[in-house]
Amino acid sequence: MPSFVITEKCDGCKAQDRTACQYICPNDLMVLDKEKNKAYNRAVEMCWECYSCVKICPTQAIEVRGYADFMPLGAVVQPLRSTESIMWAVRFRNKTVKRFKFPIRTTEEGSIEPDAGFSCGNEELKGPTLRTEPESLGTDLYRK
Amino acid sequence: MNADQFETVVVETDLLILGGGMAACGAAFEASFWAKKHNQRVTLVDKAAMERSGAVAMGLSAINLYLGLKHGKNSVEDYVNYVKTDLMGIAREDLVANIARHVDSTVHLFEKWGLPIWKDEDGNYVNEGRWQIMIHGESYKNIVSEAAKNALRNLGENGSYYERIFITEPIMFEDRCAGAVGFSVREQKFYIFKAKAVLDSMGGAVHIFRPRSVGEGLGRSWYPPFNSGASTYFALKSGAEMTCQEVRFVPVRFKDAYGPVGAWFLLFKSKATNARGEDYMVTRAAELEKWAPYGTAKPTPANLRNYLMLLELEDGNGPIYMRTEEAIRELVAQIPDPKEAKRKLRELESEAWEDFLDMTISQALNWASHNIMPEEVPSEIAACEPYFISSHSGASGAWISGPEDLAAEGHFWGYDNMTTVKGLFAAGDASGASSHKFSSGSFTEGRIAGKAATAFCVDHPDRVEMDPARLDELRTRILKPLAVFEEHHGYTQDEDVNPHFIKPKMFMFRLQKIMDEYAGGASVGFKTSAALLTKGLEYLQFMHEDAEKLAAADLHELMRCWENVHRLWQAESHIRSVLFREETRWPGYYFRTDHPEMKQEWEAFANCRWDPDTREWSTVKRPL
Repeated sequence: MPSFVITEKCDGCKAQDRTACQYICPNDLMVLDKEKNKAYNRAVEMCWECYSCVKICPTQAIEVRGYADFMPLGAVVQPLRSTESIMWAVRFRNKTVKRFKFPIRTTEEGSIEPDAGFSCGNEELKGPTLRTEPESLGTDLYRK
Repeated sequence: MNADQFETVVVETDLLILGGGMAACGAAFEASFWAKKHNQRVTLVDKAAMERSGAVAMGLSAINLYLGLKHGKNSVEDYVNYVKTDLMGIAREDLVANIARHVDSTVHLFEKWGLPIWKDEDGNYVNEGRWQIMIHGESYKNIVSEAAKNALRNLGENGSYYERIFITEPIMFEDRCAGAVGFSVREQKFYIFKAKAVLDSMGGAVHIFRPRSVGEGLGRSWYPPFNSGASTYFALKSGAEMTCQEVRFVPVRFKDAYGPVGAWFLLFKSKATNARGEDYMVTRAAELEKWAPYGTAKPTPANLRNYLMLLELEDGNGPIYMRTEEAIRELVAQIPDPKEAKRKLRELESEAWEDFLDMTISQALNWASHNIMPEEVPSEIAACEPYFISSHSGASGAWISGPEDLAAEGHFWGYDNMTTVKGLFAAGDASGASSHKFSSGSFTEGRIAGKAATAFCVDHPDRVEMDPARLDELRTRILKPLAVFEEHHGYTQDEDVNPHFIKPKMFMFRLQKIMDEYAGGASVGFKTSAALLTKGLEYLQFMHEDAEKLAAADLHELMRCWENVHRLWQAESHIRSVLFREETRWPGYYFRTDHPEMKQEWEAFANCRWDPDTREWSTVKRPL
């Protein structure tokens, strides 16, 4: 089953109305079992293995077991995502482990100013110049 | 769940943006600016959470469209020629040029917003190929959606976004699109959005054709399974003319997990070979002459590269391999110093794994589960099932107005990116004949459409009144699957097996089976004919009838019901267009066995339309 929730680690996001995984899943698959207070993936055959739920889970209770119809058992690919970078641990079926770290963002979360310091040179609603252009293009706008 | 207990929520706005992906975020960013100056309201509606919605939800490892105009690296004309050749001559030059002339501005904004773009020692972007630049794109969508949300926020009470609302139908008023209706997938609420202009940007279509993996791997589609044809359905139901509905895309990717091949082919200069190690692009080069002038152009169009591979498989020469081990060996061999060569090997290894971890994590899992070290052994590649994605190498979407200064005669009708329906705009996978937009181009096209749609709102200040009886009718129709389930589910023990209704999952499987077997899916080697297509069309009519008996036990299933109605319409427009174009033009995407050659008379667009008044389909050939 693509993404799965480890029973012991899931705390149901402390009984909030909605869990983090439920908030984020782009395919509306993660749900909270209110009786058990644990989340689960309700339709594993529609899971894209996008890892959005894995990355957002506050208790690291979600992992992915590769699609069983073509992946042999035993491998684990697990991320740890911070505000600036992501660390990946790739464990092979033969127990080899590789680790990778990649940057994910160069600015502080929530800090984005849409114009990013570029000014808009032309304010004609009907013309082809877009917001922040031509400065953000770095050259004149192409015209035939 | 009782359909009568739903609350009806009415939202009035000026510009309504449908979708939350790259094109929709581009539109929100751009329209907010112009709306502020002209006192207009902007509302965005997403079926998921914008932070991780749409095709870029997982992230990306490259931006596939960047021209580098400020350094004079390429020209807009160069890009137009490239796209036109890749699509075997079928592209709207005005639309492609319009995106290309603005796209660098978008990429520069992305970088300022915080997207890490690879740089060389001189501080220039690292190109993967001529048009592609490498990124650390795990948080690509988080960053872009944050910019879009902040732009809407700067509009104050005139800017808003709604998440987890599934849009089902357009609201029409005379000849105008005046809004949309949908429902919350979280609460029992039916939504009516009234607007002066509507932007259709709800993505492409996946799971129309039966995928190669049908167990758990069903979800491992190359394009996301949550892109379910909403854009095409919305445009068709509004009465908009569609174009290139026959131009599906069949990507060749690492087999089963569908990891990207672009970095391997372009950055690492890898080759693909048959099982005997023969490079079929060399051994089958003569075949390309049959498809001249496109077949003999460089680079070889994507569909023809697919085609040569399919011919290898037909001859029993599989498996097909990406020679990752050879590519890495050759790159490392170029470095004489052993210590430096070792460092280079580690660097290449990290780049290869990041390529997957940024955008197709399953592929990393697939390699790990098969103990594959790319520097040691080759990996299988294969043609996936067909997809509808005009932002990549397909072309299906709405027929839209080009920009006044670039459009050929007859290709401009008042507002950039407006469909043939007044007030309805399209961008991203929703607009056709402007392929190779990718993520940056889709965002850019959203910007173009967002600005033009704001101008439309300013020019049409009149409030559109709607017939309350018609809205009631829409509500009843949209919530009907809940009522059908409520009425009949007690009749049987198994809630999925009931003679009075069909659940959306089996409905989808039936559609996929029909499309696969009759419309040239993967299991029949992408081959079809008029006889097969006509039979398939006949079976789709039964599906239209059974769509009235779709049943949903909850809100999630109600969404699944409508997603599959949307898929059905995407499928029908595809079959009709493949049938209409009596030739084979993209042999690696589909092959008409009854018309196996490319024909001069079909150097044209194949357009189709569903008429909301007569409920009849029509097809028309439009000159390039």
